[in-house]
Amino acid sequence: MHAHAQPIGGTLLNRPYKVILALATLGIALIVWRFAAGLGATTALSDGYPWGLWIAFDVVTGTALACGGYAMALLVYVFNKGRYHPLVRPAVLTSALGYSIAGLSVVIDVGRPWYIWRVPLYFWHWNLNSALLEVALCIMSYVFVLWIELSPAFLERWGTGEGKVARVSRAISPWLDKVLVWILALGVLLPTMHQSSLGSLIVLTGPKLNLLWNTAFLPLLFLISCLAMGYAAVVLESTLANWLFGRPMETKLLAKLERVAAWGMLGFVVLRLADLAWRGHFALALRADHYAVLFWLENLLMLSPFWAAFGPRGNPGRLFRGAMFLVLGGALFRFDTYLVAFNPGPGWHYFPSVQEIFVTLGLVALEIAIYIALVRQFPILGALPSRRPAEAVHQEERKWLNAS
Amino acid sequence: MDTDRRSLLKGFAASAALTVIPAEAEARERKTAPKNAVGLLYDATKCIGCKACVVACKEANGLPPDTTGYGGGLYDAPQSLNASTKNIIQLYEEGNEHSFVKKQCMHCIDPGCVGACMLGALQKREYGIVTWDPDLCIGCRYCQMACPFNVPKFEWSKLNPKIVKCELCNHRLAEGKEPACSEVCPRKAVIFGEYHELLTEAHRRLAEHPDLYVPKVYGEHDLGGTQVLYLSHVPFEKLGFRFGTDQPVPETQQTVTHAVYKGFAAPLALYAVLGAVMFRNRKREGSEEEPPEDSN
Repeated sequence: MHAHAQPIGGTLLNRPYKVILALATLGIALIVWRFAAGLGATTALSDGYPWGLWIAFDVVTGTALACGGYAMALLVYVFNKGRYHPLVRPAVLTSALGYSIAGLSVVIDVGRPWYIWRVPLYFWHWNLNSALLEVALCIMSYVFVLWIELSPAFLERWGTGEGKVARVSRAISPWLDKVLVWILALGVLLPTMHQSSLGSLIVLTGPKLNLLWNTAFLPLLFLISCLAMGYAAVVLESTLANWLFGRPMETKLLAKLERVAAWGMLGFVVLRLADLAWRGHFALALRADHYAVLFWLENLLMLSPFWAAFGPRGNPGRLFRGAMFLVLGGALFRFDTYLVAFNPGPGWHYFPSVQEIFVTLGLVALEIAIYIALVRQFPILGALPSRRPAEAVHQEERKWLNAS
Repeated sequence: MDTDRRSLLKGFAASAALTVIPAEAEARERKTAPKNAVGLLYDATKCIGCKACVVACKEANGLPPDTTGYGGGLYDAPQSLNASTKNIIQLYEEGNEHSFVKKQCMHCIDPGCVGACMLGALQKREYGIVTWDPDLCIGCRYCQMACPFNVPKFEWSKLNPKIVKCELCNHRLAEGKEPACSEVCPRKAVIFGEYHELLTEAHRRLAEHPDLYVPKVYGEHDLGGTQVLYLSHVPFEKLGFRFGTDQPVPETQQTVTHAVYKGFAAPLALYAVLGAVMFRNRKREGSEEEPPEDSN
């Protein structure tokens, strides 16, 4: 299936990589501090704002940015668009990393993480009304599903040559190939469930949630936005990876993906405005307050890729900007829904602490570090046309690094 | 026509269908107080703000004094509910108008926290009292997000933090006593009793002294009803009761969730369809070539 994917090789420990590693190390050190000193000492969270940056960004926004694997699986395996196949593996890798980091963020955020294992195992205590339970179980399972989806890349690499590892890898491969279809189906089902549930989850905060965001359609809005963000994230990630490693751009495929994302977001904005009007709260969007400004900023950002996606073809820069603004709009929508639109009442304030911010930055850095290490070592990115030997690419890469 | 776009929009629509169902779903039934429900009735016109109930609550629940914001070993009463304060008396003053107000868990008839809690650490247990079970709590704080009264508090400074909230002195009820706050109240501003009797008593007072009260029993219908009821001579929103809605907090979310997940049929059906489609696609893969890419 992925005969064309190849490890890109090259030097791992170059200067930018060391900077990324330093950021990741700082983040990990702060996480250790959080467990040693407690949540009160390290975060700006309070009884009014019990959820902050780690939930609103790392989990709610981060998993949407990591929906590339979901979006591409839907496109390639359900709608059978084989030509997008080269984009699947890198998207699944990004998703696996993004969801793993989101899971780690939850462990850091909850106050009694040593009881987390009880959530999946104490099934006779499950509160089936709890949207958070559904999100938790789905995300836990989906992390496993994503790494299994990605495992052929590891098995291909380990399966070459002789030795025990190679023999085991070769023995697993055909077996995995048989069951993979049912894993891939889970890989579409689970995000459909928990991404929509992330919308219903916050609806439970009821009267504390600003009416511009608080709607029974939030599950649908979360689902549409995560798919659109997933496609846009693939555009971003593919463009960045190809630029960073001096590889040819996949502009034609990416332009199509971005058009899909743009149409999805148009549907999102139309539905959102219609629902707001139908609920009789449109006047809220016309007020001169920060809620209305953010509301329109989200909508405008989400629609911004239209000029890039439908403009002249073959310009990766325009594509990239369009996808970036779309992702920003979607991210802002999710972040706002969980943090800005949430108002616990007078006297409560929240702005993330320095530690919270650097933990989030550190985890993003960790994600990038692992991504780069894995694509250098394992067959994940699509192979280059044969006229560009790997050595030439590494030379370009070095040139770029020296210039920066 | 761009086939990719068309099939993808279909994809959006298909996934949308799964979540659109709630729009047509019937709202779930409103709940009523359990038969043996107990509660409190607080009458702001009787309260003199002596805070005997605050002290009694701390004693009965083994909670330390709250020294936040004060130095040198000096401290005053706590300013709000917090991780060491399950019950508090606050003062409202504006111009000539003033009133005390008692705050503690409202023991909602349909509580947001109970709807939120993943393993049911928070549950309406005996007498409809909302209690917390430490063995089932992972400290996710979704209960705090969901509570419209900001009642559950979290021990932010502890390494093994607990959720702290009024449990209507259920340990005292088990010994045949009443809650500490109502027991010590010198003016009987807060009384403990059977929920339906308290409601009748509240309406009796309203009918007897219509001049004294705002014509409303707060908690009778608010947010689906609460087992702690309030009477007041100043409007309730001035006492910090921000929300005038009668809709129980979990209603919208659970209507949506139940519509999508009823009997888990929709997810199972979707899984079967996805699996079948993918299986078919994979079988085709070997025999059929991908159609040539269209020009645009």
